Amino acid sequence: MADETLNPSTTDPSTTDPSTTDLSTTDEPDLYGLPEDAYDEGRVFTAGGGDWDEIAEEASELGEERIVVNMGPQHPSTHGVLRLILELDGETVTEARCGIGYLHTGIEKQMEYRTWTQGVTLCTRMDYLMPLYQEVAYCLGVERLLGIQDQVPERVNVIRVLLMELNRVSSHVVALATGGLEIGALTVMTIGFRMRERVLKIFELITGLRMNHGFVRPGGLAQDLPPGALDMITDTMPDIYQDISDIEDLANENPLVRSRLVDVGYLDLTGCMSLGITGPPLRSTGLPHDLRRSQPYCGYEDYEFDVVTWDTCDAYGRLRIRVEEMRQSMRIVEQCVRKLRDMPAGPVMVADKKIAWPAQLTIGGDGMGNSLEHIREIMGQSMEALIHHFKLVTEGFRVPAGQVYQAVESPRGELAVHLVSDGGTKPYRAHFRDPSFVNLQAMAAMCEGGQVADVIVAVASLDPVLGGVDR
Amino acid sequence: MTLPPDDPRTGATPRPDETSPDRDTVGNVPATTGAEPEVVEIRRGMFGEQDTGDTSGYNGLVRAVAMPSPSERPFGGDFDTVADALTGALARTGRTFGTAVEKTVVDRGEITFYVRRDAIVDTARVFRDDPDLRFELLSGVSGVHFPDEAGRELHAVYHLLSITHNRRVRLEVTAPDADPHIPSVVAVYPTADWHERETWDFFGIVFDGHPALTRIQMPDDWPGHPQRKDYPLGGIDVEYKGAVIPPPDTRRSYN
Repeated sequence: MADETLNPSTTDPSTTDPSTTDLSTTDEPDLYGLPEDAYDEGRVFTAGGGDWDEIAEEASELGEERIVVNMGPQHPSTHGVLRLILELDGETVTEARCGIGYLHTGIEKQMEYRTWTQGVTLCTRMDYLMPLYQEVAYCLGVERLLGIQDQVPERVNVIRVLLMELNRVSSHVVALATGGLEIGALTVMTIGFRMRERVLKIFELITGLRMNHGFVRPGGLAQDLPPGALDMITDTMPDIYQDISDIEDLANENPLVRSRLVDVGYLDLTGCMSLGITGPPLRSTGLPHDLRRSQPYCGYEDYEFDVVTWDTCDAYGRLRIRVEEMRQSMRIVEQCVRKLRDMPAGPVMVADKKIAWPAQLTIGGDGMGNSLEHIREIMGQSMEALIHHFKLVTEGFRVPAGQVYQAVESPRGELAVHLVSDGGTKPYRAHFRDPSFVNLQAMAAMCEGGQVADVIVAVASLDPVLGGVDR
Repeated sequence: MTLPPDDPRTGATPRPDETSPDRDTVGNVPATTGAEPEVVEIRRGMFGEQDTGDTSGYNGLVRAVAMPSPSERPFGGDFDTVADALTGALARTGRTFGTAVEKTVVDRGEITFYVRRDAIVDTARVFRDDPDLRFELLSGVSGVHFPDEAGRELHAVYHLLSITHNRRVRLEVTAPDADPHIPSVVAVYPTADWHERETWDFFGIVFDGHPALTRIQMPDDWPGHPQRKDYPLGGIDVEYKGAVIPPPDTRRSYN
């Protein structure tokens, strides 16, 4: 008897509590639903997993060729968590849009709660393929806010250029490697990552870390080059040149590469200007715009290098530019090494003790730390030195109120930082103009009207890094 | 915002013991010289917190947050050329420099034109098209929030680059919190599309005329605008061996 009453099928419908009836049968309007005549987009199929053959079959029975595909955010060939929303008519892309923000971590907001020096640690984590550019751009900005840009020692500038150009090589080679991988050029990928490893080993020796270095500080560097760093760079250089040549031999005139890249992802100078595109995509239109040349910083005017351009406005031109730019970067690295060998040892921080951290770091038995000599002084001899050390590290230095905009030429284009200071020890506002973020806007212009397969190539030729896009 | 007047009775800095709540630290504001600086906020105390029973006297500190003051001609360097070209080009569009630009600041080798809200689109177009200006590239749009700058709380900052003349300028437009609308420059610089969406997302500045002003970084249904100063950073206490460390935005910090 009890079983019978619990079984709904035997319950008399007339005695059912009205509150349990299905909402769809009531006359109450759905407060949160769209009006029925809001828009009509035809029959919608939502395909999530499952057998694509069945979905395609069902769609073809209806004679409907138009499909909206979400490519990403977890797709291996979209360079991280980039979501491409493609409207397809057969194999043709009729409309393409980007969905970004999946990697937003609020780095700019967090920087407002940390000292100016700590900001380096945060901004180096934005675009994980070019950490040193973010560090240098940020530190140049802070130095200009402080008005100490002329006090930065020459040695610091040379080491910054050295690190940045090595970073350009390691970033470009990842662009080529992943771009090659996506079109099936697997060996370009293996060579590329082998080569990147060589550069990262240099970074590890110099900064202690392979990426996210936190090595550049406002006013200088965390420490000088360790012993043997220049020798290691000199020793590694032939291998890097060899890897560049290998990639050139494999890719440049390869008919398979050319057939995938030539005339794909076309964007001319007008398009680049109106969309704010910089870096290799802009130089592939033939405009030799390079901030290292037009608005030099860190002493770039003292180095010999060529601004590489191409005139085809397509993905193939961007490939050739990246390969040649790696050679030019290595040329600059050679000049840096020569300069550093001729240069007497000297400080790698401004002399102003109100900005420079009181001790250079040394590698102790427990890893990184302050030099024992300095600890002996502040703990045993000078109370004032201890107070000063404590205040500078915990409170930080104050930066006069105002704002600056500092741009550097990163592997992907103009990387700029807009810093606003309120006169305090923390940034009032730090905004990064990330080149990946801006360049990604060109995706629609490059892809619409083309084939689905060319979307991959076009996006790869922009080389977006989502850590930088989303920040 | 203006500086609080000096204490009319003594003209001197009152000692902490003679301050009363209604005139607590009026005399402590640093004196200013030369052109009137743009005070955007008055900070009190040392550590951002008041009423903590602090007896050290640091709570009596008063600091005016003053942005660089407006500059007068000559601006120096290339900036006069830019300003002249802008004046001429604006005249040809039927505006005057004074009706379009409310003030000009030259600071740290950069020039900032504070453009009136209704003039930003025309001014941007002039900057792009005039042969003597020719700022082809809009590098970016950034927002800044000054919650205490009455009537001008929200700032939109545009960075322009001229490849032809190898120059940079900055345009700054303000809007009050109560009416956070600024005309969109997407029609002039299509690259502003994502930048303005980002500024809307983070600051709640509504760019009128933008083709699709939706959130870009935060989820579509996110409440609030995270980069505003009244939006907390968030975070949780960290407890370690019995000691509790509050999240960064509630930690004692220097202001």
